[in-house]
Amino acid sequence: MNISNKFGLTAILLSLALAGCSSAPIDDTTEIEDTTVQTVQVDTTIEDAAAAAGSVFYFDFDKAVLKSESRAALLAHSSALMASPRSVRLEGHADERGTREYNMALGERRANAVKEFMVLQGVSGSLIEVISYGEERAASYGSNDSAWKMNRRVELK
Amino acid sequence: MLSRKKSVLLLLLLLASSSAWSELIIRVTQGNDKPTMIAVPPIALNGIQIDEDIGSIVEGDLKRSGLFAAIPRTDMLAFPSTAEDVYFRDWRILGIEYLVVGSMTIIGEGRYQLDFSLLNVTRQKTVFEHSVRGTKVQMRDLAHLMSDKIYQEITGIRGVFSTRIAYVTANRVKGKYIYRLNVSDADGAREKLMLESREPIMSASWSPSGKDLAYVSFETGRPAIFRQNLMTGARQQLTNFSGLNGAPSWSPDGKKLALVLSKDGNPEIYMLDLALNSFTRMTRHFAIDTEPTWMPDGKHLLFTSDRGGSPQIYKLNVASKKVQRLTFRGNYNARASLAPDGRTLALVHRGTDVFHIASFDLITGRLIELTETRLDESPTVAPNGAMLIYATKQGDRGVLAAVSLDAGVRYVLPARRGDVREPAWSPFLR
Repeated sequence: MNISNKFGLTAILLSLALAGCSSAPIDDTTEIEDTTVQTVQVDTTIEDAAAAAGSVFYFDFDKAVLKSESRAALLAHSSALMASPRSVRLEGHADERGTREYNMALGERRANAVKEFMVLQGVSGSLIEVISYGEERAASYGSNDSAWKMNRRVELK
Repeated sequence: MLSRKKSVLLLLLLLASSSAWSELIIRVTQGNDKPTMIAVPPIALNGIQIDEDIGSIVEGDLKRSGLFAAIPRTDMLAFPSTAEDVYFRDWRILGIEYLVVGSMTIIGEGRYQLDFSLLNVTRQKTVFEHSVRGTKVQMRDLAHLMSDKIYQEITGIRGVFSTRIAYVTANRVKGKYIYRLNVSDADGAREKLMLESREPIMSASWSPSGKDLAYVSFETGRPAIFRQNLMTGARQQLTNFSGLNGAPSWSPDGKKLALVLSKDGNPEIYMLDLALNSFTRMTRHFAIDTEPTWMPDGKHLLFTSDRGGSPQIYKLNVASKKVQRLTFRGNYNARASLAPDGRTLALVHRGTDVFHIASFDLITGRLIELTETRLDESPTVAPNGAMLIYATKQGDRGVLAAVSLDAGVRYVLPARRGDVREPAWSPFLR
């Protein structure tokens, strides 16, 4: 039998009604129609991010509160951005625990917390783009506390 | 005919050799206490060459439901293919309650007809006969249709063997990701790639017709919601707002999508009218509001919100936009998936420190943990409400597993390369 890609996955579509079929015997026929699933490949429209420029800020589980240890680095970044303005991107992330869409929201909340801090220091909000990857882009692999700690983060790029 | 001794030996040989393809076979790790005994001898092919063993696909379907146990072919004294050939006593001795017999014929250029019967061994009578027609590449469809009809006749519940599952796989190759959106049959066979991208793909939601999927893709550098037709591959970008564009959920009438946008500063539930391309804001709160899912009446949405301090499930009246909290037990209840009865919720529940799938009865408020694995997420209930599929971890790898809503039946879906996540069970396709 020659299974080509074209026919790799077919669905059942019936041309006949199925009313009462399980009890009415004989002359009860189902036609299996041919359907095909098509593949789409997309080119991504962004460039591969340059290796993370080093600025990563960490958070507690299900929290979006900046830690005191992040303060010094964020102040330095803010000063630099005010001195020579450029567009930056804040990427928010979550660890793998919990649901994916909730973690998308959590990653955004964390990135927004960093943005608000920088805006308070005087950086123009229009220079800062916030994007959340939720749990989709782990920095550290493994399902344990040390990996999760590294993944609850915001990266400034 | 085989003597009893010989058949036991053959069975052992069969078990020994089965490890070679065990990767492809779904292991039911827990089944019903008193399964219905069924026998599915080989379908008579009458000289027709086909690659699929229809009888064993049907047997596999029925066993995977957890409600049936089957005797191996080596125990069978004969392979009848029509009701007239059946000597009921042979099957009664083996403890068989139902017998399935079938025969294939050519009906035209590349077209085949499979005539099959379900026989009640105890009552010694034919329960029903049915014919199904298709081409050689549709033999699995023919088999699943047989399973659906047999399952429905015996259990009274509509079968889901002809449905599909959408899911996302993620592979890391030399530090770079490849995300794939796939669709397979409900048994994991005939996987087909729908979309491939270097940026994340997530949150697939079926249209009620089963012909389209809505999903989130990061291919533009930020999240956006797309819809894609399975059969034509035609796709359309539905949202392009700053911030989150996530968690699409198709309305029961197919005309709207509930989704999440954070363009107002924080995640809110929105409604997209697909014909008018208009967005209506449904929630108004500074907390996270996400993961909307429709109730079958089309008048209410369930969603996850941390407005009470931790993620919990809330119910939203679409007309009045009134919000009511539903879950209170545990500090993490999220991503509800509703059974077709409109009453039983599957959700992600954090017990002491691990995330399990739990069922939650909207009327009694009873919450029952269904899974014993860890990091369980993304429950999706079958359209007949009997089972749900969810994502879990085996070692560091994401896999899909299934559990019945009464927790009595469990199995793990066949292994795939890479991380498998975010299953979405299709609606009935017929």
